[in-house]
Amino acid sequence: MGKKKFSRRKFIARTLAGSGGLFVGLSLTGYIARNPIRRQINKFVDEGESPYQGDISDPMLWFEVTADNKLTLFSPKVEMGQGSFTSLAQIAADELELDMSFIKVAHAQSGTGNLDQFATGGSTTIRGLWQPLRVLSATLREMLKAEAARKLDVPVSSLKMEDGKITDGSRSLTLGEVVEGVEEWVVPEAPAVKDVTEYTRVGKPVPRVDLNDKVFGAPIFGMDAEMPGMLYGAIVRSTRVGARFMGADTSKAEGMPGVVKVVLEQDFVAVVAASYTQAIDAKRKIEPKWEVDRSWTTGDIEEMITVGKGQPYVIQKNGSPAEILNADGVYTAEYRSPIGAHAQIEPHVAVAHVKGDQADVKMSTQVVRITRDQVANRLGIDKENVNIVPAFLGGGFGGRLETPIATYAAVISKAVGRPVKCFYERQEEFQNDTFRPPTHNVLKAKLTDNGSIAAMEHNVSSGAVAWGSPMLPGFLETVLGADLGAWRGGMIQYGAIPDFQAISWKVNLPFATSWWRSLGLLANTFAVESFMDELAEQAGKDPVQFRLEHIQDNKAGQRLKGVIQAVTERSGYRDKSTNGVAMGFAASTDAATPVAMVAQVSMDGSEIRVEKVTCAMDPGLSVNPDQVKAQVEGCIIMGISGAVYERMYIEDGQLRPVIYGPYEMARMKHAPKEIDVILLQGDENPGAVGEPPLGPVGAAIANAVYRLTGERRREMPLSQALA
Amino acid sequence: MKISFSINGQPQTVDVEEETPLLWVVRDVLGLKGTKFGCGKAACGACTLHINGEAVRSCSFAVKYAEGANVTTIEGLGTNENPHPVQQAWVEEIVPQCGYCQPGFMMASAALLSKVADPTDDDIDNHIINICRCGTYYRMRKAIKRAATIQNSKTSNS
Repeated sequence: MGKKKFSRRKFIARTLAGSGGLFVGLSLTGYIARNPIRRQINKFVDEGESPYQGDISDPMLWFEVTADNKLTLFSPKVEMGQGSFTSLAQIAADELELDMSFIKVAHAQSGTGNLDQFATGGSTTIRGLWQPLRVLSATLREMLKAEAARKLDVPVSSLKMEDGKITDGSRSLTLGEVVEGVEEWVVPEAPAVKDVTEYTRVGKPVPRVDLNDKVFGAPIFGMDAEMPGMLYGAIVRSTRVGARFMGADTSKAEGMPGVVKVVLEQDFVAVVAASYTQAIDAKRKIEPKWEVDRSWTTGDIEEMITVGKGQPYVIQKNGSPAEILNADGVYTAEYRSPIGAHAQIEPHVAVAHVKGDQADVKMSTQVVRITRDQVANRLGIDKENVNIVPAFLGGGFGGRLETPIATYAAVISKAVGRPVKCFYERQEEFQNDTFRPPTHNVLKAKLTDNGSIAAMEHNVSSGAVAWGSPMLPGFLETVLGADLGAWRGGMIQYGAIPDFQAISWKVNLPFATSWWRSLGLLANTFAVESFMDELAEQAGKDPVQFRLEHIQDNKAGQRLKGVIQAVTERSGYRDKSTNGVAMGFAASTDAATPVAMVAQVSMDGSEIRVEKVTCAMDPGLSVNPDQVKAQVEGCIIMGISGAVYERMYIEDGQLRPVIYGPYEMARMKHAPKEIDVILLQGDENPGAVGEPPLGPVGAAIANAVYRLTGERRREMPLSQALA
Repeated sequence: MKISFSINGQPQTVDVEEETPLLWVVRDVLGLKGTKFGCGKAACGACTLHINGEAVRSCSFAVKYAEGANVTTIEGLGTNENPHPVQQAWVEEIVPQCGYCQPGFMMASAALLSKVADPTDDDIDNHIINICRCGTYYRMRKAIKRAATIQNSKTSNS
């Protein structure tokens, strides 16, 4: 990525009357909205470049000088655990030459107009804001210095930032003193940003800026939000797949203790009460009427999710693999993954207050702008009159890329004329999630006489990930056809194979499926990288060497080879089991970040035990190596959870299980006691971090289990208890 | 009905329906938001607090049973200036990601350390059975062992 210049036209500075503060902002839109949308989406998927679409008048990054002589950076991206607030503070501090204690990062409220046009997701926050934030911070520094020079009547060149002040060595001004009384700011042409080697915080494992709040129990989450005079709303949700709301008998709920009102709308019914438990007790007395066309089963879904059914789209093609793979001697294997739940611990939550044509909503969401627009549309008010106040998220994982609870809470608040807090019960979270879709993967390959891959084909059938999401314009599905989320990880990364293709089969399921951290990556890589081990065995070759032979010699290929070599060296990878422990290898590239992993696995009876995971990743520059490692550790454990334990099924028309425990997830005892993370830097800029390490987890474990037991497990979850 | 107990060292009387889960009394009546709601069925552990030093999942614990008890929440476990060894270790190991489940884990870990001064991996596996979706278990295990060291050094110094 080359250096991108920002012009003054895209830089906005304004002094707010009465506040004494300088707000300075930068519009990212000119920077990234030049490309046609399709090219952007393709770049997003193939090269990992972040897509943003926006309009030139809406700035996306803002600084404010606060009364305590510090700076607040308003982030259009939300903090959901990924550590981005810390990285943003590091970047800003280095360019501004300020200690990090002078910089606070806060969520931007939608009412300020500081809006992300996309979402927080797709591992885009740091790679997308890296260059814009450097430029913004450097420009702000120069603006502050220029004003200080004017006030002190000294040349700018004599000034430097020191201890949060601007000084010429003898006299100094606080940030507040610099901005005081300025009516109009002169915005200079964007100065050159510092070289990364000049940075003292970027690249260092500084502690998270939200650490104390999270360790001492500060009320920072959406669930902790309150408003004066607030009531509690409990929304009745369906328990059956495909159910349509047809009304409700609310008579028994209306006289229950604490009940203020029952709100019956076309599409939902809710009860409002003085306390949460009163609202829940009354909700149990509501008799909703649902209409269902049929009682779905897991078998129905698996039949739909079968390669050969649905709509096929060729997403990758090189040469003529079909002809070669129609001959004899073709090796075929098929794999499946189940429906997965987000299962984030904080339920969906919103506290809304509608007053006339104004709405305030405090909540946890990954899609601030879309949620604002939804609330405005439902209430029939201007978007600018809806202020979404994002809180820290008690987990995102893609589960909050649709947050209609804000709309429900707003409608309920309007009906009672008071603030209302709404959140879902756990059973409702499990039964009404936007699930990770189930998949069916069929792989075929033919080997040459010397054990190289002559041709390979990957067919993946999946429910929707991207299509149907309010995040993307509807025409994209028409333009692209194949679901860009479902194919994530589905393309064949072994470009040295002469003939290959990947085909994505689109299936419409009767329940909502959507973005689950890393999208199709976990399941698709499970299939492809299990298959590569199977093929290596067919070829009589070492699984790692076999892969290396088929990687192209371009930049992406070199980075992939780099992580593979690093992880095999560090882990001492061996293609055999020793003392009841076997190693399994897998690698994947997601959003241009390559990851290679070695899992050391043992069996405790029929239980899979992942003892140690060694992982090498090349995300480019790691702004905060400690938090990049934390993301890798988290992905490994979430990957173990998803690949080995988790499974939703459908019985009697209901999605089940409906609670943790029966929905089996990785716990402390399932987490590896050793995780060794190696970070490489094959690019000067930061790349995707939060999702790519999920890719290899399932296949690395399955490959180790095969080595231990001789049994090739081709279905997630890998644990036998559920088989 | 009126129920009296001590919370974080302060006597407190609340007038609520006796079957109300203690979690909602702590969060919505007393305004202490550090104890979290996750599932309402004692299945995830986000609502873990201490009752007379024992780890209890407060979403499924009727407030009437707290009569006369000493209740401790994350806000009373320690402060930034005077952290509990578990909190100190949590900071030093930079454990939290999203942070939502962490108070429950810290309360469960503090209860474990009050009984087992030097927990083994098996002790940790068997007693710390809350759910963390971000997958911070690896750092939590390190933090629990570090907290044991901190606690033991404080004990031997006093």
